[in-house]
Amino acid sequence: MFGFIRQRAIASLISLLGLVVLVFFLSRLTGDPAALFLPIDATDEMRRQFREIHGLNDPLAVQFWHYLGDLARLDFGDSLRRARPAIEIVLEAFAWTFQLAVITMAIVTAAAIAVGALAAFRVGGLFDRIASVTSLVGASAPDFWIAILGIVLFSVTLGWLPTSGTGTPLHWILPIGVLFIRPFGLIVQVVRGSMITALSSAYVKTARAKGVRSGPIIFVHALRNAMLPVITVIGDQAAALLNGAVVVETIFGFPGIGKLMIDSILQRDFNVMLAAIMVTALAIFLMNLLIDLAYALLDPRIRH
Amino acid sequence: MAEHLLEVSGLSVDFHTAAGVVHAVRGVSFHVDRGETLAILGESGSGKSVSASAIMNLIDMPPGHIAGGSIRFDGRDLLRLTDDQRRQINGRRIAMIFQDPLSHLNPVYSVGWQIVETMTAHGVARDHARAEALRLVTRVGIPDPAGALRKYPHQFSGGQRQRLMIAMALAMKPDLLIADEPTTALDVTVQAEVLALLEELQAETGMAVLIITHDLGVVAEIADRVVVMNAGEVVETGETDAVYRNPSHPYTRKLIGAAPGKGEMHAPLSPTAPVLSVRDVVKSYGEFRALDGVGFDLMAGETLAVVGESGSGKSTLARMLLRLDEPDSGVAMWKGRNLFTLPPAELFALRRDLQMVFQDPTQSLNPRMTVFQLISEAWVIHPDILPRARWRERVAELLAQVGLRPEHAARYPHQFSGGQRQRIAIARALAMEPQLIVCDEAVSALDVSVQAQVIELLDRLRREMGIAFVFIAHDLPVVRDFADHVMVMRKGRVVEHGSVRQVFEAPREPYTRALLAAGLDPDPEVQARRREARLAAAL
Repeated sequence: MFGFIRQRAIASLISLLGLVVLVFFLSRLTGDPAALFLPIDATDEMRRQFREIHGLNDPLAVQFWHYLGDLARLDFGDSLRRARPAIEIVLEAFAWTFQLAVITMAIVTAAAIAVGALAAFRVGGLFDRIASVTSLVGASAPDFWIAILGIVLFSVTLGWLPTSGTGTPLHWILPIGVLFIRPFGLIVQVVRGSMITALSSAYVKTARAKGVRSGPIIFVHALRNAMLPVITVIGDQAAALLNGAVVVETIFGFPGIGKLMIDSILQRDFNVMLAAIMVTALAIFLMNLLIDLAYALLDPRIRH
Repeated sequence: MAEHLLEVSGLSVDFHTAAGVVHAVRGVSFHVDRGETLAILGESGSGKSVSASAIMNLIDMPPGHIAGGSIRFDGRDLLRLTDDQRRQINGRRIAMIFQDPLSHLNPVYSVGWQIVETMTAHGVARDHARAEALRLVTRVGIPDPAGALRKYPHQFSGGQRQRLMIAMALAMKPDLLIADEPTTALDVTVQAEVLALLEELQAETGMAVLIITHDLGVVAEIADRVVVMNAGEVVETGETDAVYRNPSHPYTRKLIGAAPGKGEMHAPLSPTAPVLSVRDVVKSYGEFRALDGVGFDLMAGETLAVVGESGSGKSTLARMLLRLDEPDSGVAMWKGRNLFTLPPAELFALRRDLQMVFQDPTQSLNPRMTVFQLISEAWVIHPDILPRARWRERVAELLAQVGLRPEHAARYPHQFSGGQRQRIAIARALAMEPQLIVCDEAVSALDVSVQAQVIELLDRLRREMGIAFVFIAHDLPVVRDFADHVMVMRKGRVVEHGSVRQVFEAPREPYTRALLAAGLDPDPEVQARRREARLAAAL
């Protein structure tokens, strides 16, 4: 088991390092960093000082070494707009996104597994048909449209929920609700398909021949086998949320990392953008490890 | 006893399919008494497994539908019980084991957990169930029983997995054990051990056994009585011995007549220069030595059978000969060239001389190509064999040659039976006009009667066209009927190599003798003698 996890960790670590290198070279080699990092209206003197301070006149190898050192200390420099360390701003935003992603994915996972599994138990039944249509609509609905519709209905017309911002639990309902729909639709479809295969498998036949009740057959025998492809999709969707749900965060004025990234690009706040890229990459790296760990826990054949 | 333990009367099962209603089982009646062993004998599509599934309430409804009849078990009609009542009978009063225990055991739970579940599902306390599981696993002969309970299905061998299935089935001391082809996927020596275990356990517990099989040898070994099924109907019922000696129904006679291993053995051809000369083939996968110094000679028009159990390296050898895999060392001289060192371009030209027929025609034929496309593909790849204008004519010829009709060319593989599909695979191999065909278990998946026809076809091609065959097989009676020479392999080495007559009538090596002794004879008397000899040897 540890061999498997180590192997997977090394593989994703390599891609993480690849990203580190890529970010460095993109920021140094696509033009003058001083032009990239400094505001457009900076004077030549400011640019010269900037190069001096940040060692941009050093050989590339030396610069890379310093860059790695800064990275290890999580030092991305100050935000060019807000005069605070970039990493602080990013971590604050990431904490919001992280909460949003975790809560959303927890609800999505529980709901999608229950609905998908029950739909698969009686294929073609009423529940299955309702679940299939709803999930298909959910998986194909554009989230910006749902978000605006949600604001119009629940905030403007009914006045039940705030339109944007944070502060009370009520502020979370619309963003979570909107983010819920697409992954839910997608995962229900995957769970259903995977469960249909599992329920028609030979080991389920054995369980029925043993006299096991329907409940344990669905949720113990079939579900654990059906979870393997599902976990892949859950990981994929969670990664998308960790990256920041740009559209939803922007519409609801939610101070997450997606909104921060867009803002920092618009404001040419390069340090913040780099910090945001590295933090989300690290988060996705850790989450992939978690997914691999879940694989190994669920399937002994992967462990051995 | 006034009443039979199990009495199936007039059972009919239909399946609603896109193509209409299929009457899978039609008015089937049979009974099983306490302590006896009844075999249901039949080929694929005979309805034997569907009948067993009906007893266990395992038929998916829809598309299945019990159209009529009754299944009385211990005085109660199972078909009138609720699902929950039937669930309580399953596993507790009637248990079932299946072919292919690997797919029938849940891969993600330990075997201990799965055996315990059989008992806890019927209200046994967990602690007691754990102790009982340990006793059962010990009883069925699994080494290190306590450790085995914590392991997962993939960590056991095929034979051990079937033993574990048996342990699981016997957990609640059922009155009836249904065994659906329990030894079909197993090696011949392992099959003998598993059947012997079943017989012992039956003697210990007094349970009745209903065994479903296509194999006359299994019937001869284990059954008191036999029910012969064909196309959804029971065609004959009786004592095993009486049915074998005096089959009353033509179908039973055909089945017994088709059993391999009774024909005249081939006399060896007079030796000429070999077309294929293989020496010292070695292949390792990591630590594992799959082939360890294998060699043989093969003449034109000759059949060499390579026999052995799983892990003997026989399929690896086949793959090497066709360069589907590269050996570590060794030579294979074909027409003066070493097959193993040919550069790709020359190998491509030579490929047409060497063809392969695989075990499972369902997997080896592309389902989206018509028979015409499948066969003529050879000429697309090697355009020099035949001008396009003659393709239709030649496909028709080839189909006739393998016993199919020219109009079959427009159809797709799924429209054929297993035996017909294997004929298509053979026609495809013949399209290349090969001089050597490697058959990897080419008849193993086929019904006995179809098997005999395919063997006859291969033998005719050998005689008429001088094609040499390397015939990889685990089924000894088939080998006996078809081979000129036999090479027995074990753990990557050649154990014995001789003419078919020498190997079958005067085997030199103990392993060959053990293999032959473990084989099952369709004659119940022969099988009874072997069983006695085995018991005597054990004492």
